[in-house]
Amino acid sequence: MSNPIGQLNKIFDSRIRIGIMSALMVTEEVNFNELKNLIDVTDGNLATHLKTLEENVYIKVHKGFIGRKTNTTYSITTEGQKAFRAHLDALEKIIKGLS
Amino acid sequence: MQDNDNDASLEALKDIRSIMDRSSRFVSLSGMSGIWAGLTACAGAAIAYTWLRKPEFSYIGAPTVGTPENFDSFTIKLMFLGIMVFLVAFAGAFYFTLKKARKHKHTLWTNASKQLILHLFYPLFAGGVFSVSFIYNGCGMFVGPACLAFYGLALISASRHTLSDIRYLGMLEVALGCCSLFLPGFGLYFWGFGFGVLHIIYGAMMWTKYDK
Repeated sequence: MSNPIGQLNKIFDSRIRIGIMSALMVTEEVNFNELKNLIDVTDGNLATHLKTLEENVYIKVHKGFIGRKTNTTYSITTEGQKAFRAHLDALEKIIKGLS
Repeated sequence: MQDNDNDASLEALKDIRSIMDRSSRFVSLSGMSGIWAGLTACAGAAIAYTWLRKPEFSYIGAPTVGTPENFDSFTIKLMFLGIMVFLVAFAGAFYFTLKKARKHKHTLWTNASKQLILHLFYPLFAGGVFSVSFIYNGCGMFVGPACLAFYGLALISASRHTLSDIRYLGMLEVALGCCSLFLPGFGLYFWGFGFGVLHIIYGAMMWTKYDK
């Protein structure tokens, strides 16, 4: 049997990236401020992790406007959903295998 | 080493679950809101009962003569009472929920709460239109059942966006509404039980489960 730890996705090593993915899995789109409140993280930190996820095409960025203020929203891609599910499966295997 | 991996995985799963819940569900709904709504409904039903019990209406038990069947002044008085009960119940429910959200430092206006409001009020609005049309067409005895059934459906549809417990309250309300269809003249009793007693019981249960 292959070691489930090897199946964990390195990109989801960070608590913040896991947080972003979890929020996007269950909502159509979320804006920057809502994510910030949910995950409890500083602006700069959140922006860096969003960038990483965007570069891996796990999330899509949509820049819009509310009146004149910019409103950037994020949504998950199909690849992102697949990758995150695989990561959850691996986590589950680790827990089941050891308990 | 293996234990560490296990702990880390458990920790990660806990984080994931909490964030998924908070981003898709509005969890600040307070049990006190339910208790308040129930008390308001009981008070409203008691007032309506004293009005309807008067001999000139002979409504309770046998809706024959004097059934509120058209827009006469008495029906308008009853409708006004109903609307007041709704507003007082809603305002109080909102207040207790706001208090709980502040206490836990949760934002009130999120994607989840917007979805909750949409999915709650759309069926409620339909129920309101049905009730008015029943009165308009002279079938006042169907107002109670319609209120209960549509409110129950509204709760079921909103339950995906808040504490899922309210789904079962919704199912009970729908069942009550359906039963009361076949007992015309006892609508007010069903109404008082569904909106008053059930709310108080459910509110108290949710309060002990989440808020205590």
